[in-house]
Amino acid sequence: MPSPKRIGKIEFGLLSPKEIREMSVRKIIWADTYDDDGFPYPQGLMDLNLGVIDPGLRCKTCDQKASDCPGHFGHIELAKPVIHVGYTRLIRKLLRVTCRSCGRVLLSPDEVEKVVGTDEDQTGDQISEKDVKKERVCPHCGEQQLKINFEKPTTFSEVVVEDGRKVEHKLTPADIRARLEKIPDEDLIALGINPKVARPEWTILTVLPVPPVTMRPSIILENGQRSEDDLTHKLVDIIRINQRFKENQDAGAPQLIIEDLWELLQYHVTTYLDNEVAGCPPARHRSGRPLKTLSQRLKGKDGRFRGSLSGKRVNFSSRTVISPDPNLSVAEVGIPRAVANEMTVPVRVTPYNIEDLKQIARNGPVRPDVNAPCGANYVIRPDNRRLRLGPDNLDTVADMIEPGWTVERQLRDGDIVLFNRQPSLHRMSIMAHRIKVMEGRTFRLNPAVCPPYNADFDGDEMNLHVPQTEEARAEAFILCSVQENILSPRFGGPIIGGIHDHISGIFMLTHDPRWFNKEETLYLLKPVKIEHMPPAGKTENGIEYWSNKQVFSQILPVALNMVFKASSCQNCDTCKKDLCERDAYVRIIDGKLESGTIDKKAIGAFDGQIVNRIIRQYGMKRAAEFIDQVTKLSIRGIMFDGFSFGIDDEDLSKTEYGQIDDVLNSAAIDVTRRIKIYEDGQLEPMPGRTIEETLEMQIMQVLGKARDQTGQIAGRHLGLGNSAVVMAVSGARGSMLNLTQMAGCIGQQSVRGERIVRGYDDRTLPHFKKGDRGADAHGFIAHSYKGGLNPTEFFFHAIGGREGLVDTAVRTSQSGYLQRRMINALQDLKVAYDGTVRTTGGRIIQFQYGEDSTDPTKSAFGDPVDVKGIVEAVLKEEV
Amino acid sequence: MSTKLNVLSHVMVPDHQLMSEEEVSALLSRYHITTEQLPKIYHDDPAVKVIDAKVDDVIRIIRKSHTAGRAEAYRLVIRRPKK
Repeated sequence: MPSPKRIGKIEFGLLSPKEIREMSVRKIIWADTYDDDGFPYPQGLMDLNLGVIDPGLRCKTCDQKASDCPGHFGHIELAKPVIHVGYTRLIRKLLRVTCRSCGRVLLSPDEVEKVVGTDEDQTGDQISEKDVKKERVCPHCGEQQLKINFEKPTTFSEVVVEDGRKVEHKLTPADIRARLEKIPDEDLIALGINPKVARPEWTILTVLPVPPVTMRPSIILENGQRSEDDLTHKLVDIIRINQRFKENQDAGAPQLIIEDLWELLQYHVTTYLDNEVAGCPPARHRSGRPLKTLSQRLKGKDGRFRGSLSGKRVNFSSRTVISPDPNLSVAEVGIPRAVANEMTVPVRVTPYNIEDLKQIARNGPVRPDVNAPCGANYVIRPDNRRLRLGPDNLDTVADMIEPGWTVERQLRDGDIVLFNRQPSLHRMSIMAHRIKVMEGRTFRLNPAVCPPYNADFDGDEMNLHVPQTEEARAEAFILCSVQENILSPRFGGPIIGGIHDHISGIFMLTHDPRWFNKEETLYLLKPVKIEHMPPAGKTENGIEYWSNKQVFSQILPVALNMVFKASSCQNCDTCKKDLCERDAYVRIIDGKLESGTIDKKAIGAFDGQIVNRIIRQYGMKRAAEFIDQVTKLSIRGIMFDGFSFGIDDEDLSKTEYGQIDDVLNSAAIDVTRRIKIYEDGQLEPMPGRTIEETLEMQIMQVLGKARDQTGQIAGRHLGLGNSAVVMAVSGARGSMLNLTQMAGCIGQQSVRGERIVRGYDDRTLPHFKKGDRGADAHGFIAHSYKGGLNPTEFFFHAIGGREGLVDTAVRTSQSGYLQRRMINALQDLKVAYDGTVRTTGGRIIQFQYGEDSTDPTKSAFGDPVDVKGIVEAVLKEEV
Repeated sequence: MSTKLNVLSHVMVPDHQLMSEEEVSALLSRYHITTEQLPKIYHDDPAVKVIDAKVDDVIRIIRKSHTAGRAEAYRLVIRRPKK
């Protein structure tokens, strides 16, 4: 293999006609491709000198087969020069800044120096069109300059004043070429052009390169007909017109016909280079589809750069819908049997594994069920020949296997794969899992790993990639495995943890003291790996009972000590600690839950205090184990009681409905009273606000308070017996506000933080009087979702809801672009061994990474050291 | 005639100091770099003008840092390209 070399410089220039002819292996003169026997015409577009695409033929230039010949350029001699569309702006600039007679730049040496600077002190600037005044006199030869008009796509003309009238005089490409030829080399440098690699006249084509057939292969359709590439079609057009042009020229055709043909040739060359030029109808295929010519191959999302180089389709990958399976470990992923049978890992045969691999080869490509051992699809001989395993050759091939062969083994349980969900916004979007072959057609994953992927199961699909070498597998496992990614570098806390039902379940299990008999205790602890039962917490009438906190303590590491407040904590002024009536004061002493409820704060994704502490004290592996066990225990916990929510869970009693009506009525009266004060001109404006703004704020405040009061009334009726309350209090899903809106009152709808004001003249809807400032005329919804909205309320609700949707749509596109630019700016920076952040060139960006050299992943929610947590763990008390 | 404002006395402007030649060579050997690898600052930056640093001087900037409390950075003074 050649050794890597450092690139010294890259030079960008134009191909000169001389270079085009030199690199050409054949002059192309015939527009036809193949003769009646299907053999390429010599000097035609498919000439055998340009490379070969048919297997069996040999290239006439390099004498190689189709698979090895890279292809060679040919050329077409154009009858007359034509403009290259890609350079029209450069041509326009050059025509405008240079003299029409002597070709010098239309600036005196002093003026040039003012823009470009002297040789010693260069400004780095180049002469632009703005530096040259229009229609001035050449400072070198005194010639009067004319205005140059440019009409898209390729027409240039001079404006001549004749008898006081302005007449446009068209410049042919030949005229333009002659003028560009006259520009001296010295002047080009001031214009930002290096004349050694790019003489301006080379932007006018006199000879056209014909790309090798290898980049425009023809395909043979099912009916045996040949279908040519779009580029070949376009080249055929160019050669035809060029030929006709030459014939007419030789025959001395009238000027008019010559001009027409010239323009036609220009059109064909233009669309050959770029078929999406403004002011030029795109060239079309017979079917009406626009042709995909040179620039279309490169441009855009599916173009060569973004579509084939920066990103491309890969082998050994798989994609399907995902669904949840709480019985899997977080580090596992369930894959369908069909996927496991199709995807393979190459295994080199050695004396140590030869018997196993022979057996795998004998198993063949069909795996009857998920528990059957894996088979193989191909074996590879030392000479790199692949043998496909089929029902009839299994034993013969298996007996042939010797050390040095390679067996492409199917996937089996425990193989390491990379699992990914787009958009891949952070590094946790691709993680390494161990596979588990399962029946069904979906990828299965533990719901606890949904947060890092941002996945749900409403039809999401995910991708899976199988690393093919031992190094790749090791790297994937050590760097990307799920347990290595529990901590997020975003905030230094766990991003993997319980969600939804896990939190509801563990909350219901651990909230308030409860006692379970032996059967119940075993039911709860069945999925958890414990060696023996703890001693019973109490014995009543000879029956042993275990407390709920004892049950949970079984999955905690024995030496864990920590104190914190649960999600259900109300932040009372003075904490009652162990006597908290909400049981929100969590105390874990020596691996035993002494008091408090386990909920989102303890085990949830993003919060997970216990998970965080286990990582710091016992490492990632133990934490992954804990997450597995806590999710399984919580599922048992939720199944023990059952958990559901229905429409009647939003019902309140008559007294509450009466109270809610009273609150809303008094609020409405308060609002009308304030409006009255305002209309009487008695309202005192708040500092810095107009009277109207003051009134609006007061109304918003009154209505907001009213809604909160209805929520409190509803909350008084709905206790922890209500599933929605359990979910809100434990932090599993939703909030008390959602419950307020379902049972009490939806409240004020707003657009941009203000009451809804837009609509008709002085009113939001025709249902209200003009100038009505009342609550219901500006989007206050007094009903609840359960009670139902009236039509005006419904409409206001839709207005408020729409704003939310628009905001999310705008935010995602804006933050997506922001992230793209950020990644482009930062992608190659790295932290050097001396703690500095440097570019690949060794330039320093930061003298200390993050100024404190702290890895945010390993920080405690931002702080380098979690002093409070450590002290509390040692003292076993809150400090 | 207006009194000239010293930008360094503004609360939000971090302290800029001109570094001596010995300090610069110590800095360069500490990080094993040439001056070209340092971050840059233009010669007409208001803070650079106040401490009267010239092109090719190195200045030390002492900032308050959210993470570390106090952080030092170094910048090479360069000429601002015209336009």
